Amino acid sequence: MKKILINFAHPAKRRSKINAALRDAIADLDGVTVNDLYSQYPDFHIDVQREQCLCENHDVIVFQHPFYWYSTPAILKEWQDLVLEHGWAYGSAGKALEGKLVFQALTAGGDASTYQPQGFNEFTIAELTSPYRATAKLCNMHWLPPFAVMGVHRELADEKVQANAEDYRRLMMAIRDDRFDVSQAAQSPLLNHQLDNLIRRP
Amino acid sequence: MMENFLLQLFIFLAASAIAVPIAKRFGLGSVLGYLIAGIVIGPFGISLIHDVEEVMHLTEFGVVMMLFLVGLELKPSMLWQMRVPILGMGGMQVFVSSLIICGVTLCFLPWQQAVAIGLILSLSSTAIVLQTLKEKGLMNTAPGRSVFSVLLFQDLAVIPMLALLPLLATVALPNDGHHDSALIDISLLPGYQQFIATILAVGSIFLLGKFASRPIFRAIAATQVREIFVAAALALVVGISLLMTVVGLSPALGTFLAGVVLADSEYRHELESDIEPFKGLLLGVFFISIGASLNFALIGESALLIAGMTAGLIIIKWLVLVVTGFSFKMANSERTLFAIALAQGGEFAFVLFQFSKVNGVLPAATIEPFISSVAISMFLTPLMFMAYEKFAKRSNNESAQTRESDAIDPSKHKVILAGFGRLGTDLGRFLLSAGVKPVIVDHDAANVDVLRKLGFKVYYGDITRLDLLEAAGAAEAEVLVITIGEIAKSRDLIELAQKHFPHLKVVVNAHDRQAAFQLMDFPVSTIRRETFGSALSLGQDTLQVLGVDPYEAHRLVRIFKKNDEEMMPELYQLQNEEDRYIARYQEKHADLETLMKRDLESGTSALDLAWTAKNPEL
Repeated sequence: MKKILINFAHPAKRRSKINAALRDAIADLDGVTVNDLYSQYPDFHIDVQREQCLCENHDVIVFQHPFYWYSTPAILKEWQDLVLEHGWAYGSAGKALEGKLVFQALTAGGDASTYQPQGFNEFTIAELTSPYRATAKLCNMHWLPPFAVMGVHRELADEKVQANAEDYRRLMMAIRDDRFDVSQAAQSPLLNHQLDNLIRRP
Repeated sequence: MMENFLLQLFIFLAASAIAVPIAKRFGLGSVLGYLIAGIVIGPFGISLIHDVEEVMHLTEFGVVMMLFLVGLELKPSMLWQMRVPILGMGGMQVFVSSLIICGVTLCFLPWQQAVAIGLILSLSSTAIVLQTLKEKGLMNTAPGRSVFSVLLFQDLAVIPMLALLPLLATVALPNDGHHDSALIDISLLPGYQQFIATILAVGSIFLLGKFASRPIFRAIAATQVREIFVAAALALVVGISLLMTVVGLSPALGTFLAGVVLADSEYRHELESDIEPFKGLLLGVFFISIGASLNFALIGESALLIAGMTAGLIIIKWLVLVVTGFSFKMANSERTLFAIALAQGGEFAFVLFQFSKVNGVLPAATIEPFISSVAISMFLTPLMFMAYEKFAKRSNNESAQTRESDAIDPSKHKVILAGFGRLGTDLGRFLLSAGVKPVIVDHDAANVDVLRKLGFKVYYGDITRLDLLEAAGAAEAEVLVITIGEIAKSRDLIELAQKHFPHLKVVVNAHDRQAAFQLMDFPVSTIRRETFGSALSLGQDTLQVLGVDPYEAHRLVRIFKKNDEEMMPELYQLQNEEDRYIARYQEKHADLETLMKRDLESGTSALDLAWTAKNPEL
């Protein structure tokens, strides 16, 4: 069984619907730890030791957040800047994260068609999330494409939200129980793109 | 008789009051101002004063006080660190200078007299050099410390010289025996008893300073009568001088030792500020009497001889100092200042020449020209400092990079913390943890004792007194932090600081909003309301316990705080316009009403705007 750490970052949870639904769908799972960064560090004073300890105690690290300005909420950048220390996360002696799985779970306003070279946003989600891919490589982690819920600006119907939350839960359980085809997933544009094909039956 | 005394006093004081500002105005420094004043009012000027020698003898006590003050600024540990420059540089300077001057003098005088003159002239002027270094802010530089080390060694060397000189007697004594000491003449005792007495005297200074001074000063401070503390401080210095004189040691050395022992004491700043004006005045009069004692008749008669002797004295001493500088590997600029600072005869020369005359070592006729040339060399010292500054400035401009930066004294504090009560304690702890060592001044003697036991550097005293503010280092400090509870005292202190130390940034605590308004009359950097931060922290905690998202609670507090701070200047304005006859509670109430209304208006709207996309449910 793999242990999964969800580093959750949302600065205005009161108004969040989709992220809240995703989070609620997995919060009760065995082997999953939700680490709410904005609640933990309202003044941005991140406890580096605590964070590193959490990372070391989990096999999979997920960054769950809304897709703000083609990137993450501010605290995730602060988290990277402080927690990913030289000699711990990277560098010749930095092996703490080696071999761990890492991916983002994000919610974006525009739908999938806008994140295309011909689309309104001109860049693909893969391109826009490439800093996380580069970070994973530097830290010798096993990178996976993001789990992305798109088109949320056009008020998603409750069923759609529920379906995404259910996918998220299935994904987490499959990864936790080693029923997830990691190498095939790495080729996929998004983790929730044909999710059924990536999950093996128990 | 009384009239005559007052007249003399008036002449001295008026002469300093006129001459020093003029000298300073022309960049000559106060020492030169006093010297010139002395020449003007002396027997060869307008001849207003008499008994110059007596006055000089009396005011030599200024030197004693100065060494006490110097000692106060030197901790024993620091003195121990300086043992190499003191013994090495000082020893080399005194020994080599004596040897060469003795050698030159040997061409003209018998060897005993040559040795005496060599020893006497090797000394430099502690009074002029230290005063000038202080005035120019050079005391805490590398050359300043080297100069001080040598001067300290010279002061020590006076003691064996006093013992040695009578052995060189060649001239028949004009009168047999002399009685110097008013109390007991220790020289009548057998040798070993003299030795024991000396050891006991030095030991008692040490023990007194270490153990007895604190309870005594605490008891005196508790009376809250200012002049009693001054009296005690003066009694301390005078008493030690007396004790040293009785056992035949230099009073300057004794008070210096007492100063060093008391350097760690919390009453250090108070002592410093109490003794300082006396020292300044005595030294000033001392310098005037040196100026007045210049015997122009003699100088005129044997102008060539005295000019030659003066030049010889300065050149020999300068050369020895340069060589000393080289052998202790001083940097170029450091060596230049070091050599210029000490190339003169000193006030101890007057004392020792007098002593030699009395003991039949040197005849009066030999001494006269020497005294003149020593005085002239002292007169020239401030001028040489000025020449050095001009020269240093020019060479600085030419090669700004080659100049070594002055060693920064880690003991120089940049923050003065006034008040160390409830609030000051945590503030002091925080500053210390951040590597800022504040000078802490508190008026509660009991408080001071406890805090010192905990390892804080706390000084006792009333910081709203200008002299204590100055002694705490207000001239060099950058920030004055005020955590005094009483608003009237805070206001006094701010007024005082801004009047005399306009460069000082002020950070001040106000116990409530009303107090903050009172402090806003001054242009201070920061005013903090003491309970405001705690109130908001408790508010944030309450929201969180109620289940509000911690980050949201944090943001609400920040928004509230910002609004409140922005409102303060406006409310301050209102405050000043309001009818002053309104009862205080009404005033407060109105204040609160305005506040609450504005809070509701600006409330959480800022929070609602943040992170709102087209769909806020992202």
